[in-house]
Amino acid sequence: MDFTLSKEHEMARSLFKEFAEKEVKPLAQEVDETEVFPRETVEKMAKLGFLGIPVPKEYGGQGCDPLTYAMCVEELSKVCGTTGVIVSAHTSLCCDPILTYGTEEQKQKYLVPLAKGEKLGAFGLTEPGAGTDAQGQQTKAVLDGDEWVLNGSKCFITNGKEADVYVIFAITGTVEKRGRMTKEISAFIVEKGTPGFTFGTKEKKMGIRGSSTYELIFTDCRIPKENLLGQKGKGFNIAMHTLDGGRIGIASQALGLAEGALETTIEYVKERKQFGRAIGAFQNTQFQLADMATKVEAAQLLVYKAAMAKATQKVYSVEAAKAKLYAAEVAMEVTTKAVQLHGGYGYIREYDVERMMRDAKITEIYEGTSEVQRMVISGALLK
Amino acid sequence: MKIVVCVKQVPDTKGGVKFNPDGTLDRGAMLTIMNPDDKAGLEAALRLKDQYGAEVTVVTMGLPKAEEVLREAMAMGADKGVLVTDRVLGGADTWATSTTLAGAIRNLEYDLIITGRQAIDGDTAQVGPQISEHLNIPVISYAQDIKIEGDSVIVERQYEDRYHVVKAKMPCLITALSELNEPRYMTPGGIFDAYKAEITVWGRADLKDVDDANLGLKGSPTKIAKASDKVRKGAGEKVTLDPDEAVSYIVDKLKVKHVI
Amino acid sequence: MNLEEYKGVYVFAQQVDNEISSIAFELLGKAKDLAKDLNTEVTAMLLGSGIKGLADQLAEYGADKVIVVDDPELKEYRTEPYAHALASIINQYKPEIVLVGATAIGRDLGPRVSARVATGLTADCTVLEIGDFPLQAVPGQEQLHNQLLMTRPAFGGNTIATIACPYNRPQMATVRAGVMQKIDPIKGAKAVVEEFNPGFTPDNKYVEILDIVKSVVDTVDIMDAKILVSGGRGVGSPENFKLLEDLADVLGGTVSCSRAVVDSGWKPKDLQVGQTGKTVRPNVYFAIGISGAIQHVAGMEESDIIVAINKDADAPIFDVADYGIVGDLNKIVPKLTEALKAEIAAAK
Repeated sequence: MDFTLSKEHEMARSLFKEFAEKEVKPLAQEVDETEVFPRETVEKMAKLGFLGIPVPKEYGGQGCDPLTYAMCVEELSKVCGTTGVIVSAHTSLCCDPILTYGTEEQKQKYLVPLAKGEKLGAFGLTEPGAGTDAQGQQTKAVLDGDEWVLNGSKCFITNGKEADVYVIFAITGTVEKRGRMTKEISAFIVEKGTPGFTFGTKEKKMGIRGSSTYELIFTDCRIPKENLLGQKGKGFNIAMHTLDGGRIGIASQALGLAEGALETTIEYVKERKQFGRAIGAFQNTQFQLADMATKVEAAQLLVYKAAMAKATQKVYSVEAAKAKLYAAEVAMEVTTKAVQLHGGYGYIREYDVERMMRDAKITEIYEGTSEVQRMVISGALLK
Repeated sequence: MKIVVCVKQVPDTKGGVKFNPDGTLDRGAMLTIMNPDDKAGLEAALRLKDQYGAEVTVVTMGLPKAEEVLREAMAMGADKGVLVTDRVLGGADTWATSTTLAGAIRNLEYDLIITGRQAIDGDTAQVGPQISEHLNIPVISYAQDIKIEGDSVIVERQYEDRYHVVKAKMPCLITALSELNEPRYMTPGGIFDAYKAEITVWGRADLKDVDDANLGLKGSPTKIAKASDKVRKGAGEKVTLDPDEAVSYIVDKLKVKHVI
Repeated sequence: MNLEEYKGVYVFAQQVDNEISSIAFELLGKAKDLAKDLNTEVTAMLLGSGIKGLADQLAEYGADKVIVVDDPELKEYRTEPYAHALASIINQYKPEIVLVGATAIGRDLGPRVSARVATGLTADCTVLEIGDFPLQAVPGQEQLHNQLLMTRPAFGGNTIATIACPYNRPQMATVRAGVMQKIDPIKGAKAVVEEFNPGFTPDNKYVEILDIVKSVVDTVDIMDAKILVSGGRGVGSPENFKLLEDLADVLGGTVSCSRAVVDSGWKPKDLQVGQTGKTVRPNVYFAIGISGAIQHVAGMEESDIIVAINKDADAPIFDVADYGIVGDLNKIVPKLTEALKAEIAAAK
């Protein structure tokens, strides 16, 4: 077993790190403060291929592996949680299902511009009554001639309104399963600008405040029949499989936030003096840092393992769930400790750890709460 | 058009500096980057490639590890990489470095050679002009803008208080300022491609028309007599004076330090 | 190479628009010290077109002899004709030391000439002295005397190296501007003036100058400024920053500030020095009315010289200042500006 990264991966990390430091970090505070979507950063990332890292070159992507993609989200999130989730939602939740389930025509029409970053992607599964319980969907799609007609709404959609292409889930009927009638869910590709597709409230959030989180509203929204993604009725599986990949993205985001908070804190404790000594000279500080660093590295190993599993295994739900569960909880713990070690300054907006702590919280919630991850993991244990 | 770009892998001076017992730099012990002025030179070459079409070959001299900067250059868009590495070339000053690089470049076809103005480790700004002398071609140092016109280059050559617009027939050597441009980033896919590409590795035997007496530590006319880390300073003097005394105190200190 | 043949300290007397650059006088000042130690003479090499008349000025600043190459090819600086002229002088006169200013001209000319005459060149020197190489005698190695020892910072100022060029001649150095001391000019001093014609045969290397564009001064980024006059909350008001601006003007410096000043809305964020602002490393940093919180110090402690003025004797800024003055900035700064104005006028 070899834990060293290849030279290619090391160089890719240096690229992501340099980009994050130069292009993303200077805006992180402002993006958080103003809650404005960092459109210019997204355009810069598009130019460099950051929006299609794990997409094959023939579809306009960079042809890299999931680990390279995970490292990108990690490095971006070290300095700005918002930027990390924009890339993650676009790549894992929109490019990936089209790559996996799309027809050749769908790939050419949607995946190529998405991977090149000419278009931005989003994913609409969650509804007011269907969060953790994805089966609680209310949005309906009815086939009418050559068109699907969508009615309903989605909430808390990352990249909402900013994205051009949306993977949307809706009920297309009911089926009998083990003697019970259950909803049949299908996946669709919906373009922004389609009549009947509008945006509702913009959410005001605790963290990742520059990421655009919107309600999507479908009112007799007619989309071409060929925009059905994958087979009719397979939507639930598509959603779950897509979220497995998404969780690796969010785990990477959480990892980045934890690493960013740790690095910032290490610098701070060397400089901050109390009682005539740098606070890094106190054993409490040293031990706290030791625990933080150990957990961060454990999280990194889990995240990288999950990313490698996505490259080599057909099913990687448990790896992804473990990575996300652990990385998210470490992110919350490490950012909280980072704020504590910063003392009063840690509570002040000007210091990055304050934002990182707020950003970290969401990683325990979206794309499957920590409780859902525990269900996935224990479900596999007790199978 | 064929462009040769000389790049150097340099220690990131932000990371602290380490020495061997003999006063030479312990490069192995430091984090490394592509020298910023060289990166601007590479970017200039890549822009000429984008604009006029060109083959860009990157040449570096250094330890085998210096291969990394060639991969980086290729991940940015350079076509070929040449690594000049040999034990006998170690410890070279600017003279011996320039004779080595000239010896390597004689094996290549070129219309234009671009180097960075200076490296952040040595800050000498000598190797570019010295290569041009060995190759007997014109040099235009401190380029802030480069254009091609037929068989000539037109360069804005920077001075302290002015710039000259200079025209030279190719082949010609240009030294680039980091102000010249904002170098592009690599792309993730480009990195993986760069690691799949072949890199040419040359040793002493591959250098053309170079005398052994001009290579390596032995071939270096300048010798290090002493080298040391600059001592980090602590508190200096603190005085309590009335305004007039304070003024003459400050003026005296500024005079001693040649500020005025 | 017979090293004994090489005699005398030679200085490249840079001129631009037929006006001798200040660096030339600085080099002559240093050359005089070195020549005294070596018991030899100082020669200035004056290259240009229509510049013969400038030789007397070089004499006043310490040249014993002036070699003049006066040719239309040398009207504007171009690498090749200048390198040819300088290399020809070196080959003809065989100096033991050649000093060139580390200017945009000298840093191009120096390396090209050193490569042509096949000798070493040490760049951007800040200290030059005559001494032994090796510095201490080493068994089995001859210790050479009367060597030029050239000291220079490297690695962005992180290290200092002393370099010798023991087995080649001339020993060549480029020297940083503003470091060496000019002598007080000796009015009416005369030097032996010798004209030298190396012959110019234009070829490809004689590049063509299409245009000369003199630059207008841009606003300076505080990260590039050589002198920063930085103010903190102690300055008291945005209007009072005028005191600092006047001081900066006299020194050709730039005004910067601490975080407190930006937070108070007195100055824009791009002038802020410190952890959440910019990291600066000027030659001189004036910290005026700045207490010196660690977050501020992190952004300026690498400055070459730090002068602090603060009325609080316990302000932490004094822990990093080279020269700390406990006092009232409102009284000290205007007087300092006047005093410096007078000093600078007198030096001209």
